[in-house]
Amino acid sequence: MNAVMMAISPLIFICLTVIGVMLSIAWRRNHTLSAILTAVGLNVALLLLLFGWPLGTVDVTDLLVVDDLSRFGGVLILVATLACVTLAHHYLEGYEGPRDEFYLLLASAAAGGLVLVSARHMATLFFGIELLSMPLFGMLAYTFRDRGALESGIKYMVLSAAATAFLLFGMALLYAVTGTLAFTALGEALATHGSDPWLLAGAGLMLVGLAFKLSIVPFHLWTPDVYQGGPGPATTFLATASKVAVFLVLLRLFQSALALHEGWWHDLLGFVALVTMLVGNLLALTQSDLKRLLGYSSIAHFGYLLVALVVNDGLAVETVGIYLVTYVLTTLGAFGVVTLVSSPYTATGGTADASPLHHYRGLFWRRPYLTAVMAVAMLSLAGIPFTAGFIGKFYIIAVGVEASRWWLVGGVVLGSAIGLYYYLRVMVTLFLLEPGMQRRDATHDWAERAGGMVVLGVTTLVILLGLYPTPMIDWVHWVASGS
Amino acid sequence: MTLVWLILIPFIGGLLCWQAERFGDQAPRWIALATMLLELAMVLALWVGADFSLPTEGARSAWTLEWQADWIPRFGIQVHLALDGLSLIMIALTGLLGAMAVICSWREIVRRVGFFHLNLLWILGGVVGVFLAIDLFLFFLFWEMMLVPMYFLIALWGHSGSLGSSRIGAATKFFIYTQASGLLMLIAILGLVFAHHAVTGTYTFAYAELLDTPLPEHVAWWLMLGFFVAFAVKLPVVPLHGWLPDAHAQAPTAGSVDLAGILLKTAAYGMLRFALPLFPEASQAFAPVAMTLGLIGIFYGAILACGQQDLKRLIAYTSISHMGFVLIGIYAGTELALQGVVALMVAHAFSAAGLFILSGQLYERLHTRDMREMGGLWGRIRGLPGFALVFVAASLGLPGTANFVGEFMVMFGSFGVAPWVVAIASIGLILAAIYSLFIMQRVYYGPPKAESSLDGLDRRETVLLFGIVALVIFFGLYPQPLLETSAGAMQVVQHAFAAGTMTGGVQ
Repeated sequence: MNAVMMAISPLIFICLTVIGVMLSIAWRRNHTLSAILTAVGLNVALLLLLFGWPLGTVDVTDLLVVDDLSRFGGVLILVATLACVTLAHHYLEGYEGPRDEFYLLLASAAAGGLVLVSARHMATLFFGIELLSMPLFGMLAYTFRDRGALESGIKYMVLSAAATAFLLFGMALLYAVTGTLAFTALGEALATHGSDPWLLAGAGLMLVGLAFKLSIVPFHLWTPDVYQGGPGPATTFLATASKVAVFLVLLRLFQSALALHEGWWHDLLGFVALVTMLVGNLLALTQSDLKRLLGYSSIAHFGYLLVALVVNDGLAVETVGIYLVTYVLTTLGAFGVVTLVSSPYTATGGTADASPLHHYRGLFWRRPYLTAVMAVAMLSLAGIPFTAGFIGKFYIIAVGVEASRWWLVGGVVLGSAIGLYYYLRVMVTLFLLEPGMQRRDATHDWAERAGGMVVLGVTTLVILLGLYPTPMIDWVHWVASGS
Repeated sequence: MTLVWLILIPFIGGLLCWQAERFGDQAPRWIALATMLLELAMVLALWVGADFSLPTEGARSAWTLEWQADWIPRFGIQVHLALDGLSLIMIALTGLLGAMAVICSWREIVRRVGFFHLNLLWILGGVVGVFLAIDLFLFFLFWEMMLVPMYFLIALWGHSGSLGSSRIGAATKFFIYTQASGLLMLIAILGLVFAHHAVTGTYTFAYAELLDTPLPEHVAWWLMLGFFVAFAVKLPVVPLHGWLPDAHAQAPTAGSVDLAGILLKTAAYGMLRFALPLFPEASQAFAPVAMTLGLIGIFYGAILACGQQDLKRLIAYTSISHMGFVLIGIYAGTELALQGVVALMVAHAFSAAGLFILSGQLYERLHTRDMREMGGLWGRIRGLPGFALVFVAASLGLPGTANFVGEFMVMFGSFGVAPWVVAIASIGLILAAIYSLFIMQRVYYGPPKAESSLDGLDRRETVLLFGIVALVIFFGLYPQPLLETSAGAMQVVQHAFAAGTMTGGVQ
């Protein structure tokens, strides 16, 4: 019992944090206090998570399992959430509406993520996804006086509801055939009568639901609008923590329940991966809006990640781990800069986020270090050596080559080549100096603020892990071999 | 540790330049120059002190200096650097041309001087890394890394194009071409590593261990192609050359000097060091195709050079033509031809750098690179046309210049292997004479467009050009130091390649 409590203590502590923040808001509104409370709660949860690591795999009822993989996911989610808290504090500072509830939503969503990465039962999967998504609706539409934010929140909510319907219908079909909702039992059932059309339909519908959350083509249509409209910190959370959690539960699902290694079903998944990376990159080409561009780029990156799921063998789990780490760090850097430069509701900012690309023109000559962060993030997203992103891409190509999936490897190469074009465009924009352009700027003291420090720290990590990835590889290798 | 410092010095120097900008525009220039001279001095000290006598083990390289440390043990990746005669020559060339690039941009670059020199030195640091790395992962890292500063150099300090093509477009084209082909090489490297893993059960990226990987014939063929395409884009070989004229035309002078002088040579180096020894049988089988491509390159480059109006584009196309000879020499694989390749690479680096520097100096005076607006410059600029005549003569391979030595050795060495190829290639030499004379005729002779005389060469420019001319003529008259240094390394390549004939080429 003790081990069980210890294993889920991070989750419990985050829930306590939510309650604590809520009570504090009820008692007295104080923006900084709410932010600090949330940050402390998340940090303690992170520490509890790390201290719980020696316990190994702990079964928490039939619903949750706390193992290396879920702790790994937990660390990523909590780190990303912490970054979002600091960014949000910077972002919301001058907002005239209520500011404190954002942290409430953020912490609830993080709790949902933690449930999701530990889920081994359809009930917890569903519960986790909803707990993750519901606060996100609120976060995306948080600055609802801005049309874009409201639009993005509503769009995400409506489409999310549709995806949830798919997910539930799929679960219902699976339950109707097998009579169980636990992942492992489902896997055994699938192995014995796997060709049952109802089973396949159920699994397919579930995948549609999850693919929506990961914005995999053809369920990606919401991504650019939501990314563009949502307030910076909310988009950051959506792009990092939320996607990590959903992808890890998908991985677990593939490992235990839907372990299909061949057949048309499997080929279809490979095809979807190929289409996702190509469509994401192609659509990003013509974007002149940085947040939209990052949205399309995230579509492409999850296309690459799908390669590991398609292979689902050998290096696959390690690849997913490494890629998620590099992707989260890089994305935090990129969105962090967007958020810092945006800082709406302040003297230097406008009314909405600085998302058009021309806002960033010549940023280097005003804010060299902030621009260096963005440039490193772009290089890392493009997978250039000596950034963490390259290690991720290296793994993806390695896993494809090892399994001899040449079409997918070709897709990754082609996608990267296309991707370079727009990443370079963003990068060169940062360095161009043309007078008379409309400019946005970060506040002068950005580097001394918590948000700025987080962004700088993340970038340092991106470079360090690009130069010396051994600690990350050892960690993920150990996680992957344990799970 | 010397090898590590050779790589680190340019990187550290670059950072210093960037920070030194706050002390005025001159500080970064002097720091950059000092950095490159230090690099050069270190290499020359190594050259004097080291022994490049022949290796004893046949197809195994004997490294003069070696340094290794564990890096990513999970995949057996090491930071493994090694130096032999070939890499020594190439690094010395890098240091020398790096210093020249700094000197020739002394007056050309006036905006953001610190950041410019950061990029310039980082390119050179990456190139030195390419020449030293013998862990395939590390090699690939440097290979890709050097593109980023080059991209900035073209995109931020380039000239706007003559035909409406933008410098950013040219830079992007350059980057995408080389990066995408580089990823093909990464796939080939990984294929090789996994093939090695399948046989031995260990992951390793070490050059020496991968050399012995037994490969099925078709696998070796595909992997070899992966390497070849990456190198062919950079060399460039004709169907893959699209980025080169644009990049050269838009790049600042220093960028062109580095691009033609060193970056193209990394491709030839890669073929000599990796593509041939790793896949000798496949390379043997591929040799006729490669030589044909080389021939096409010679004629294509030369003919297009004749039709150019833009001086830098013209020189860019002559590079394609010269690299055709290099490709033929590499795939002929005889010792003489391979040594010729080294000599030709060095010679071409000097002559192309000289021509690019001259065109940069013309641009500073005339503010155009369009040859239709030149003509009759012989009487208008003191000193410069004379140097131009020397470099043009070198470029067409006049005896007495290093280019003659290189081309002659390549042709002589290849004749026994592929007489027809050599016979046809020698026609290319005539075309070289034609385009070289075109340069002289259109730019320096003919009726002058204006009567006013232009600024003559100042002391910096004169010393720079005299230095290159002296090297071109010195190595033209006495190429022995070059040949002695590279002999060991080239014999290794020749042994490896010849082994391919015995096992694979007979079938």
